[in-house]
Amino acid sequence: MKFNHQSKPVLAAFVVALMVLPFIIDSLLGHGWVRIADFALLYIMLALGLNIVVGYAGLLDLGYIAFFAVGAYTYALLGSPQFGLHWPIWAVLPLGALLACFFGVLLGAPTLRLRGDYLAIVTLGFGEIIRIFMNNLNAPVNITNGPQGISSIDPLSLGGFSFGKTHELFGLNFTTVHLHYYLFLGFTLLVIFVSLRLQHSRTGRAWMAIREDEVAANAMGINTRNIKLLAFAMGATFGGISGGLFAGFQGFVSPESFSLMESVMILCMVVLGGMGNIAGVVLGGVLLVILPEAFRHGAGPLQQALFGKIVVDPESLRMLMFGLALILVMLWRPAGLWPSTQRRRELMPDETVAQQEQDTVYDAAK
Amino acid sequence: MSFNKISPLLVLVVAVISAGCGKTETQVAQPKDAGELVVKIGASAPLTGPQAHIGKDNENGTRMAIDDANAKGVTIGGKKVRFELLSEDDQTDPKAATIVAQKLVDAKVNGIIGHLNSGTTIPASRIYSDNGIPQISPSATAVAYTAQGFKTAFRVMANDAQQGKVLGEYATKNLGAKKIAVLDDRTAYGQGIADEFVKSAQASGAEIVSRQYTTDKAIDFAAVLTSIKGKQPDLVFFGGMDPQGAPMVKQLRALGMKTQFMMGDGGYTPKLIENAGAAAEGTYASLPGVPLDKMQGGRDFATRYEAQFKQPIQLYAPYCYDAVNVMIAAMQQAGSAEPAKYLPELGKVVHDGVTAKIAFDEKGDLKGGAITMYQVRQGKWQAVETMGGVAPVATH
Amino acid sequence: MDILLQQIVNGLVQGSVYALVALGYTMVYGILGLINFAHGEVVMVGAMVALTVLQILLAAALSPVLAVLCSLMVAVAACMALGYGIERIAYRPLRNAPRLAPLITAIGVSIVLQNLAMMIWGREYHAFPLPFSNGLHELGGAIITDVQIAIVLIALLMMAGLMLLIHRSRFGRAMRAVAENSSAAALMGVDINRVISATFMLGSALAAVAGFMVSANYGIVHYYMGFMLGLKAFTAAVLGGIGNLRGAMLGGVVLGLIESLGAGYIGDLSGGFFGSNYQDVFAFFVLIAVLVFRPSGLLGERVAERA
Repeated sequence: MKFNHQSKPVLAAFVVALMVLPFIIDSLLGHGWVRIADFALLYIMLALGLNIVVGYAGLLDLGYIAFFAVGAYTYALLGSPQFGLHWPIWAVLPLGALLACFFGVLLGAPTLRLRGDYLAIVTLGFGEIIRIFMNNLNAPVNITNGPQGISSIDPLSLGGFSFGKTHELFGLNFTTVHLHYYLFLGFTLLVIFVSLRLQHSRTGRAWMAIREDEVAANAMGINTRNIKLLAFAMGATFGGISGGLFAGFQGFVSPESFSLMESVMILCMVVLGGMGNIAGVVLGGVLLVILPEAFRHGAGPLQQALFGKIVVDPESLRMLMFGLALILVMLWRPAGLWPSTQRRRELMPDETVAQQEQDTVYDAAK
Repeated sequence: MSFNKISPLLVLVVAVISAGCGKTETQVAQPKDAGELVVKIGASAPLTGPQAHIGKDNENGTRMAIDDANAKGVTIGGKKVRFELLSEDDQTDPKAATIVAQKLVDAKVNGIIGHLNSGTTIPASRIYSDNGIPQISPSATAVAYTAQGFKTAFRVMANDAQQGKVLGEYATKNLGAKKIAVLDDRTAYGQGIADEFVKSAQASGAEIVSRQYTTDKAIDFAAVLTSIKGKQPDLVFFGGMDPQGAPMVKQLRALGMKTQFMMGDGGYTPKLIENAGAAAEGTYASLPGVPLDKMQGGRDFATRYEAQFKQPIQLYAPYCYDAVNVMIAAMQQAGSAEPAKYLPELGKVVHDGVTAKIAFDEKGDLKGGAITMYQVRQGKWQAVETMGGVAPVATH
Repeated sequence: MDILLQQIVNGLVQGSVYALVALGYTMVYGILGLINFAHGEVVMVGAMVALTVLQILLAAALSPVLAVLCSLMVAVAACMALGYGIERIAYRPLRNAPRLAPLITAIGVSIVLQNLAMMIWGREYHAFPLPFSNGLHELGGAIITDVQIAIVLIALLMMAGLMLLIHRSRFGRAMRAVAENSSAAALMGVDINRVISATFMLGSALAAVAGFMVSANYGIVHYYMGFMLGLKAFTAAVLGGIGNLRGAMLGGVVLGLIESLGAGYIGDLSGGFFGSNYQDVFAFFVLIAVLVFRPSGLLGERVAERA
């Protein structure tokens, strides 16, 4: 989706809709769902970051959550009683992003020669290594406080304006979940903007060239090493920012939040939504955050309505339905819910040619 | 096929569906009878994932207390009260815990029983504190939970420091261990209690000859146990839960080691004996409080639990039961179920529970909690000695 | 000295467990180039089915040997059916889809199986009732049990059997043909759907055996057990060179040894700074080091290049 092709009123209406959204959610569904919307925004940022690595550059990364963790721990260590430091947000967030970026390059460097599944397992290992270090760096020197995590983290605040308190503005009550929504929305729009600019830039086209054929890209004069490292670095930076925001929002970080399953979930968002397409990835992020919660709220009442009693424990059903949804959506739309136009063209180059190819295999298989 | 048209439509459909779901939810939660006061108790524990069996046990204990109170017909401030349980799955995930916490706060619960793990209890406690809702954790042991300065945070479980101290002293003084090997599962609980155990054992003059680690998902401990075997300790302490404890003690014996094996409260479960079989014999575990059959109502609780849920108590169900009853006692004392009104009373209340006489100190921790040591003897957990606390009862 | 020997024995046993599971991964990968993320869950289902059958048969006072064999056979049959179903429903429709699509359905299948198992077998850990006494043997100071010896032997036998099957049988030739070029194989008269289905069923049968052996060894079964096991086995398969049967065995044993020696000696080597808590870090570092110098694993030859 390209905003610049659309007329300005539509864009304006869209922005207004996003601005009033938390109040609509609040009045219809309650605060809990505004908090879910906040998490959805954090995950959209993560998914967009991973989209650069997986969607644009075609590098399968199963350890992406590590960068989220780096961002979160940077914020937590510099803004909590852990070291008695209380740095301001404008110093901590960029630092977290920078550190995440550094780790992105650190991961990228040894893996340049690896492809496909070998890359997947190394990135997976990298993600685990970061988590294990965070889980164990409480001895001999206590840095991360180990499995206990870091609590009492400073709430996000900008120049005396704390996002951790309820504020009254223009006669409206802005609670912490509302305030965080706007903050996260701002960052998400920034990430979307950067992603859009990157996509159509020289760098973006270089990434896609590598994704399609690395050897050919190299032959065309693209410095594949630098461009790949740049993809890791850019993706990691977005993860780092999101992580910092997460730490301030939660007030607590512990290594449990950065498990392998989280990396897998973010990858699911990217692939399910539509790799390489920003709108698709956003959609994937929103769906995968909302679906389990919708099942959480809906599974019990739905059974009540259908059978008059609770047949299956709603909690067991929730993840089951989530798993089924993953399978069904992919079967229904193998390229994702909202694939990029370019990828779609590649996948279905010409209906007749594709059909012919299929026929041959099919007939022979009969 | 036009993708661009369909996808936004799909978003809309999902939005409508989820909106619909939310609505049914609020309808369900509406009070059915205007004559009585409805008090909602929120509960949260992992009901899916590796610790689901213990989470379900927590829910069962909470449910029993609420059913009992409803059957008894509790009145608060002269009004008849009906208690409702809202139970939520936090998946042992700190993020899910805050979503759940917010959901329970939205549902206007009068109090919270939860969460099970320290890792979920701590992030959720900030939300409860912001909204002034009293929270009693039946099982979170991390010292940090009540050290955050939140007035709403309480627990009916001894914290790591309290329990680790007793365990370390018991190992060295009562069992006479001089060389000790310590393992933990690198969770907040396991690491917390193991570190406190180490401090206490060292203070009592024992030497920690080996410090090893595993994870809360592991089932093979041969490598670390072999390493421990080389140091020939008198006692092996494991800070962790029964799913690891059972295979660990089995593998310990299979390696031909005859050392004492000790765990914290995470080991005191019927499953440990069932899964470790004969190897469990002689294992020590601690549990805050006094043995159930020493307490009035304790033995009765255990029988009724087994009858109702067709399984023995797993672990923390009695603590959940106590937590609910302490909360109700505070409400009765205050004559109100309003969080703001009964919160001050919660700090002052003294309640005879099924696990101990419960009172809180100024931080919200259990005051002078007794801790009981148990040992597996002839395939059964038997209370060996109760230490500290207000009611030191030696049992043999 | 006996401690070192014991660590090597531990590593071999652990490695053989990984190898048993890794063989299934590698078979499927070799033919389809697909990471069957749900393989660990199939192992778990095998263990669970074996547990239930064993409980029933032992309660019916069947002779222990017969009960064990029957439960193993039922578990194998159940897993083969499951493997067939998974391939049919979740992978076959996506054979020509983008490479990551089947990865997502695999994750979906994994979540579904885990939660179904939780609903059927409950949330608690079950003791696995092995009807024999598990005898202990001493080998120069190191201790090994009957079941552990069986695991090592079965892993080796399975690998040898599979290699025979793949390199010496007609069906094996068909498998290799499909792996090499599925459209060409189809033109040569190979029924590729049948071959792929059969490969999945074979892989799942291996998973059932692995599930049974793992449960017998650790004496404990849980619906969550497949995840970590699958992950470790996948690592082992990649370490050895994914798609290569000998590689799966070698990768499994190397990973097992790294883990047990790492857990045992990393503390002494690093002067106490790192301990057994860094066991997995150590294993992953070795993996990364191997892959940096041999980008397609220890024994892998072909560089997977499917985008």
